[in-house]
Amino acid sequence: MNRKIYMAAGYNTVSLGTGRKEFHPKKPRPGIEHYIKEAGQGTLKMLGGAKNVDEGVVGNFMAGRFVKQAHLGVFIPMIDEGLRHKPSLRVEGACASGGLALITGIKSVLAGTADTVLSLGVEVQNSVKAIYGADILAGAGWFQKRKEGHAYFFPGQFSERAGAYWEKYGKDKARKAHATWFRNAIENARLCPTAQEYHNKMPDLIDVGMMEPNPRSFTPCLNVFDCSKVSDGASAIGILSEEGLKRSGIAKSEAVEVIGFALKTDNITEDPEDLTKLKTVQLAAEAALEMAGIKAQDVATFEVHDCFTIAGVLTTEALGFAKPGEGADFVIEGNTSRHGKYPMNTTGGLIGWGHPTGATGVHQAVTIWEQLTGKAGEAQIEIPRDRPYGMTINMGGDDKTVVAIVYKKAE
Amino acid sequence: MNYEQKLQNVTVLGAAGKMGSGILLLTAVEMADLQLKPENRTKTFALNAIDVSPAALTGLYGYLKTQVRKVAEKKMNALREVYKDRSDLIENGEIIEQYIDDVLKIVHTSTSLESSYNSGLIFEAIVEDSALKVKLIKQILANNNNDPWFFTNTSSVPISELDMDADINGKIIGFHFYNPPAVQKLVELIVTDNTKQEVIDFAMEYAKRLRKIIVPSNDKAGFIGNGHFMRDIIFGIKQAQSLMDKMSFVEAIYAVNRISQDFMVRPMGIFQLMDYVGLDVCQKIMLVMRPRLNDDELHSELIDQLNSLDVKGGQNSDGSQKPGSLDYAKGRPVSVYDPKKKDYIAIESFQQKVDDMLGALPTSFKPWKAIIGNKSRDKFFVDYFNELKSMDTLGSTLTKDYVLNSKNIGLKLVSDGVTDKEEHVNTVMLTGFFHAYGPINNYFG
Repeated sequence: MNRKIYMAAGYNTVSLGTGRKEFHPKKPRPGIEHYIKEAGQGTLKMLGGAKNVDEGVVGNFMAGRFVKQAHLGVFIPMIDEGLRHKPSLRVEGACASGGLALITGIKSVLAGTADTVLSLGVEVQNSVKAIYGADILAGAGWFQKRKEGHAYFFPGQFSERAGAYWEKYGKDKARKAHATWFRNAIENARLCPTAQEYHNKMPDLIDVGMMEPNPRSFTPCLNVFDCSKVSDGASAIGILSEEGLKRSGIAKSEAVEVIGFALKTDNITEDPEDLTKLKTVQLAAEAALEMAGIKAQDVATFEVHDCFTIAGVLTTEALGFAKPGEGADFVIEGNTSRHGKYPMNTTGGLIGWGHPTGATGVHQAVTIWEQLTGKAGEAQIEIPRDRPYGMTINMGGDDKTVVAIVYKKAE
Repeated sequence: MNYEQKLQNVTVLGAAGKMGSGILLLTAVEMADLQLKPENRTKTFALNAIDVSPAALTGLYGYLKTQVRKVAEKKMNALREVYKDRSDLIENGEIIEQYIDDVLKIVHTSTSLESSYNSGLIFEAIVEDSALKVKLIKQILANNNNDPWFFTNTSSVPISELDMDADINGKIIGFHFYNPPAVQKLVELIVTDNTKQEVIDFAMEYAKRLRKIIVPSNDKAGFIGNGHFMRDIIFGIKQAQSLMDKMSFVEAIYAVNRISQDFMVRPMGIFQLMDYVGLDVCQKIMLVMRPRLNDDELHSELIDQLNSLDVKGGQNSDGSQKPGSLDYAKGRPVSVYDPKKKDYIAIESFQQKVDDMLGALPTSFKPWKAIIGNKSRDKFFVDYFNELKSMDTLGSTLTKDYVLNSKNIGLKLVSDGVTDKEEHVNTVMLTGFFHAYGPINNYFG
């Protein structure tokens, strides 16, 4: 990279939806403007105000359908009067829209067209019931396939992946891994006040997670606890050059350095070659790690895209932590829990923290920034001195757009 | 005649009423599901929704639309299969709209009884007035050449009486839904010695398709459900009266309502439940039951008095509770009607005093809502009532009396021949009234 890239000043709103005490499906809720404003102002404050920001990027997937609002780039000036007439745009890559907002910010800083970019991800999804939300989210797949797809389109897609995995490597082990992933997600979310499952008090999470999937009411191979939440929320973070850090008066100890990143995509009109593999995730992770010059084993903590428990399990294999079919064992053995060697999704991930689709990629970056700078509060894990790295993997659609980023403690 | 043919032309009498609209909904959905089978798509299915009130029939459209949407949303997987050949219907939302349309176009509203003259099946869900029921059935029989069968939703009038008085010749069965029919799983099935086997067979198939739990009741006025409920009401009113040497009328009503809800861990207190059903409906049911069972106890001056003052309870068309013996805010009782003052008295003005007189709930108490989903709740009730038994408070004494009386009512239903099995009484109260435990139990020995 021709210049150093940092991230700092991360901010998450609450991930609002079922599970949160303040959420009631029939009561009025904040609109998308509220989330953009709260997250944007949260980050701006830490950046020392709008004067220090050169550009704004909004990552959003489907506001055009969820809340009938397009043209989101120009909500950036709504955050602060000082952002008027500055460049701002919206990017979309399904559930990787947040990741694209980061990549766009990184590229702008690398290009030298900005020293500080405000990257923000947002989604408001509780505007419709889940059964209609499923239609909207299905837009992350190829619409020509919608008719033959499941009522809950994406749970249907990943249920097929889970089914293929069961068939190849055994159902019992796989279901146990799914339940373990779910338990880890909820236990982590209980430590993060903005998490959607922060208030979760279910007594036996493994028992809940092991609930037999019901193909009549949902999908053949996934139960509802295997799925990420329907969420409203936003996250924002600053992407800065060294000059940007100086201008905002942010010490390097308060920032993380981006040492590797990759955006990989695949043809949306084609089915996955192997349902038991996340090929694009693997390619993006490998490219980002190669750029960073480290191995996955050097990374202290990961934020991975567990839109479904099976995606979490498959990602452990894509990262090379386990051979094909052994990701389930890797998870069951506790390696990905907060007490394991490679803690993943330490504030709950998509299943526990929530999945406001367009915001997720940015939320992942905020979590890694918090962990590497010691700001994760109760959810804080120990970062080993010899592994001062974090990594995010943000996936759009069924392994079609993947953003992987590797971070390092800046000082 | 097979199941499907019998459902090609159906009528619901009293279709805009509380029970009738629910029966209409369930039947409309069942008929639409039959019509949507590939082999039936060219056949005509018609469901006549007859009611005396044009305004209520207009409101029915909105109710059906909302409810069919909920039904559709819950069976999306099945609906995608039903409409798989429709290339124009791709998203869930499009399929749901089409399904609502397909169900609603079966339903034809009317205020005229003539609309039922082509029906092979008639659901009767009008007011509990046996003379009116007989009159309408007779008129239909005189004009209908389709061998109509009558499914009556009466909760009190003996079926054999309707059979005889209207000269139906056994083509009638008691098919008593619980309120609201779309939600409650229970159907009390009342077969008489004269009921035709083919009618019984159809009823069993229809109940199965609707996923209802059938409990057979013998043909005695009030059957199992009201046989218990009406006597439970009478006991509640008497218990309130017995308290009036200690407290005022409104305080006593509040006290017994609280005993029969919180202390007894039931979904509603007895006075709230009376209001939910409607004080006018309760009065009519007792008027049917009292002479037929020759039981003078089945009468309440208080209910008569409240009805005469036009205090009737029941629900608004949006499902919210109308004022009755209690008045409500956000679904919770907030005041009690005082017939002398002809006004509602705020509960908060005396609540603390009465609660102090009743004494505390057992420490092991959990509200009905928290316990109803617990499969091993019997253990909870053993411990809870044991603790309650050991307490020496007014609340515990009243509760014990109430629980034991409820048990005795259940046992009487068996000894009076209303049902052959104690288990049936418990099933009715568990599934039709959503009680968390059956009345025939051994919690108090």
